[in-house]
Amino acid sequence: MHVPDGFLDAPTSIATGVVAAAGVAVALRGARKELDDRTAPLAGLVATFVFAAQMINFPVAGGTSGHLLGGVLAAVLAGPFTAVLCLSVVLLVQALLMADGGVTALGTNITLMGIVGVVAGWLVFRGVLSVLPKRRSMVAPAAAVAALVSVPTAALAFTALFVIGGTAPVDSGKVLVAMVGWHVVIGIGEAVITALVVGSVVASRPDLVYGARHLLADRELEIRKAVA
Amino acid sequence: MKSRKFFAVFLLVSLLVAGVGSYYASSHPDGLEYVAAKTGFGDSAKDSATSDSPFADYGVKGVDNARLSGGLAGVVGTLTVLVLAGGLFLVVRRRSGDRTGDEA
Repeated sequence: MHVPDGFLDAPTSIATGVVAAAGVAVALRGARKELDDRTAPLAGLVATFVFAAQMINFPVAGGTSGHLLGGVLAAVLAGPFTAVLCLSVVLLVQALLMADGGVTALGTNITLMGIVGVVAGWLVFRGVLSVLPKRRSMVAPAAAVAALVSVPTAALAFTALFVIGGTAPVDSGKVLVAMVGWHVVIGIGEAVITALVVGSVVASRPDLVYGARHLLADRELEIRKAVA
Repeated sequence: MKSRKFFAVFLLVSLLVAGVGSYYASSHPDGLEYVAAKTGFGDSAKDSATSDSPFADYGVKGVDNARLSGGLAGVVGTLTVLVLAGGLFLVVRRRSGDRTGDEA
């Protein structure tokens, strides 16, 4: 969903640049609470993995493709504030080194994939988790649902920006239906990849998973009960 | 799994995905490109200011072998993100012994 230069006009791009800068500033403060000596290395590796995974476009029906956005994956593994920073670094490297996503659109891309995708996804994750049994095994399914929702939500946010500052005179209703429709389908891929990766990390090192933190105590209690 | 081994596996998976797996990625336009082309705003895209980058479009300029070019670009990008993000998080993190932020 990398927005190139030119799709949005200058005022809109400047506005999203301000939003992105503010979001990164807030994330820098918040990430301090999420990162310590133990979890910081995983956070760096999560950003690394998101970059790598975004290179894999998977085919979607009708001659289009999608790739992981990674907002929910990063938020569940490393924490939501850290996830905003992960995505921002990935998008910065992509824009400057790979010419993927416009340089003037960097603020737009950080806003859409780094902030909207992460915040919406994290809220859905916490919401879903709160109605599920308090078990570690519920983290991956909850992350999958959140991932599925996060992609069309980011697409919806793009459409809103396009309505405000799109440079081409195109019917916004058509853009809305097409963007959200296709990105629901792409969201299924996002959900599958997110569930697989989160599930693998929860299975091997649950202690490092930010989104599983409050579930660990439950598990220890269960084990003691079984022993008694 | 020990932290060291776990982190090594994590990094190895990322390098394999970017360096080898990326060759098999779909070359179809992504959702946004596709919608832009279909609904008629695809042409409003402009070339990126960094389109002259030696790694533009996930290839290494001057390397003709597609598998090698894409794989190298992927590895370079992956390691760049590792250094930048890893460095950032090491700076931002709470160090053991810090008194702030003791919440679980």
